[in-house]
Amino acid sequence: MPERTLEASLESSANGSLNATLNSGHGPALLLRNLRKTYADVVAVDGIDLEVSKGECFGLLGPNGAGKTTTIEICEGLTDPDSGTVELLGLNWKANANELRQRIGLQLQETQFPDKATVEETIRLFRSFFHRGISVDESIKTAQLEEKRKSRVGGLSGGQKQRLAMACALVGDPELLFLDEPTTGLDPQARRHLWDLVDDLKKAGRTIILTTHYMDEAERLCDRVAIMDHGKIIALGTPQQLIASVGGEHIVEFALNCDSPLDTAPLLAIAGIQSHRVDAGLHQLSVSQLHLAVPSIFEAIAAQGFTLSEFRTHSASLEDVFVGLTGRNLRDE
Amino acid sequence: MSSPDSSFATSSLFQLTALRFRLFLREPEAIFWTFVFPIILAVGLGLAFRNRPADVLQVAATTPQLTQALATDKALTASTMDEAAGTKALDTGHIVLLAIQSPTGVVYKYDDTNPDARTARLLADRAIQNAAGQAAKVQADNRLIHEVGSRYIDFVVPGLLGMNLMGPAIWGLGFAIVEARQKKLLKRMVASPMPKWQYLASFILSRLVMLTVEVVVFLGFAAVAFGVPFRGSLWELAFICILCSLSFSALGLLTASRARTMEAANGLMNLVMLPMWILSGVFFSSTRFPAIIQPFVQALPLTAAINSLRGNMLQGQHLNQMLVPVTVLLAWLVIPFAVSLKIFRWR
Repeated sequence: MPERTLEASLESSANGSLNATLNSGHGPALLLRNLRKTYADVVAVDGIDLEVSKGECFGLLGPNGAGKTTTIEICEGLTDPDSGTVELLGLNWKANANELRQRIGLQLQETQFPDKATVEETIRLFRSFFHRGISVDESIKTAQLEEKRKSRVGGLSGGQKQRLAMACALVGDPELLFLDEPTTGLDPQARRHLWDLVDDLKKAGRTIILTTHYMDEAERLCDRVAIMDHGKIIALGTPQQLIASVGGEHIVEFALNCDSPLDTAPLLAIAGIQSHRVDAGLHQLSVSQLHLAVPSIFEAIAAQGFTLSEFRTHSASLEDVFVGLTGRNLRDE
Repeated sequence: MSSPDSSFATSSLFQLTALRFRLFLREPEAIFWTFVFPIILAVGLGLAFRNRPADVLQVAATTPQLTQALATDKALTASTMDEAAGTKALDTGHIVLLAIQSPTGVVYKYDDTNPDARTARLLADRAIQNAAGQAAKVQADNRLIHEVGSRYIDFVVPGLLGMNLMGPAIWGLGFAIVEARQKKLLKRMVASPMPKWQYLASFILSRLVMLTVEVVVFLGFAAVAFGVPFRGSLWELAFICILCSLSFSALGLLTASRARTMEAANGLMNLVMLPMWILSGVFFSSTRFPAIIQPFVQALPLTAAINSLRGNMLQGQHLNQMLVPVTVLLAWLVIPFAVSLKIFRWR
């Protein structure tokens, strides 16, 4: 498998982008150095280094159990790391916990606000914890919950509950915003609605760190993405860089109507074809120049006496990056 | 901007306490159990154990002369019927005694295992002997007592009050905290800049306010409906109620400090409260239990609560005369509170 070399090339491109996106003079919004956390016999976070600049929207991407939530909860000061350094806005949790709590906003996975309280009451409660921040009205408006202002939380849809969680995360006008799987469990329309909300926050220049296991979400929202697997960051860069690192911007998938093994050497010899893998009978090629490569692929397959039962192409996505790096589909997790 | 900066209404302690009230008031069952149930219980017990005026006993005799003699006693209502009809009335419980005229005098037919019948036998015999001119040899007068404060309802009201101070404190705190933990709300709260002590204080503050309503409603009802006495200082009674409520809240906090699920919390709360419901003397005196378990019984917070409430209301005792139960309550306030702050699971 070509994973190792791929990872090496990713590391170098990631470091390049890191330097490029650093704001001049102000220091990073988030700095992690050699972070480790072990639960009983599971290594949840296995030596993570990360820098997120101010104004950036940064995504931690990976399957369930990759260590995203543990990492973000260490950043939020909810979990103590076994070792390593955490710095937010130049401060740390040991010395500046109270100040940090005032300056960050966060939304956790699966928080259920009291069913019998109203939207407005819930936001007002959270507003009361912050010395400074936006008004309750403003945060209701930002989260587009005006119509639900007097409704009880128990009667809200999943998407509305998630927007309420966002409103509670925003009332303190945070410099740094953490969102842990903000769209998990939402229907497609509610997801897009929430994405628009995050877009607006990005445009307002807020630093956002989010976790997700949806590749399309990371591509859509994040300036930079770190792909996590088994507690490690296995790739880091802009979505475009990561996709380019797969070796081709297109993915060709095909299946044959016969089980006898295909000799892949003629395929890999075609100009523009970067790699080949087989997953459950489905062959995948990453291809850089689709219009030139496809006729050659047909020829190479026909030359071996096979006929195609399936053939399709799509633009490479972060999903393909993950598959390329780990040999597994995200959905398999 | 709708919120001025430093007003009381926007303070986090106020908002937290207001939330507790809202959630409580929007839970109809909670209102029933807290306010209505104790009154229903008191009414039921008051009716069941009310001290009735001395009963008038139904008796009968076989001759009009005997009937007339029996009727001279105000505690008896007499009628005339023949022996067959009288026996039938006895069997069906319409009368408790039948006086039968016999050639040699009178025969009383009654069930000697029935206390009412035995009383009727004594009264009937006295009435008949008096009518026959047998005056009592010793002059005797009666002085009747129906003293307020010695009735069962007087005894049970402080017991119910103690029980009612315990239940909502432990349930109210326990369920609300464990539910918040289970729903990850607790974790969300500590991830915000909320001062942790205010979260716990909001429970205690809201409890104290509701306590005022509960105690006033319940004791007011007991005073008006049953004339239950208040012999001690009302200020001291208020102090005891607050102390009890704080102690039970501390116990509720301890019960809820680790449990992750409602089922676990429910089990723990029952484990904590069941021995007290049985042993602490809500419905009968806790001193009825064997001497060997008395130290345990007396050390229970509900026993101490009820003993001090009864001491105040029924005996008019001052706090300095009830140092043992008051000290027990203080210990139950300080120790569980300190322990639960140490072991409390915020996530």
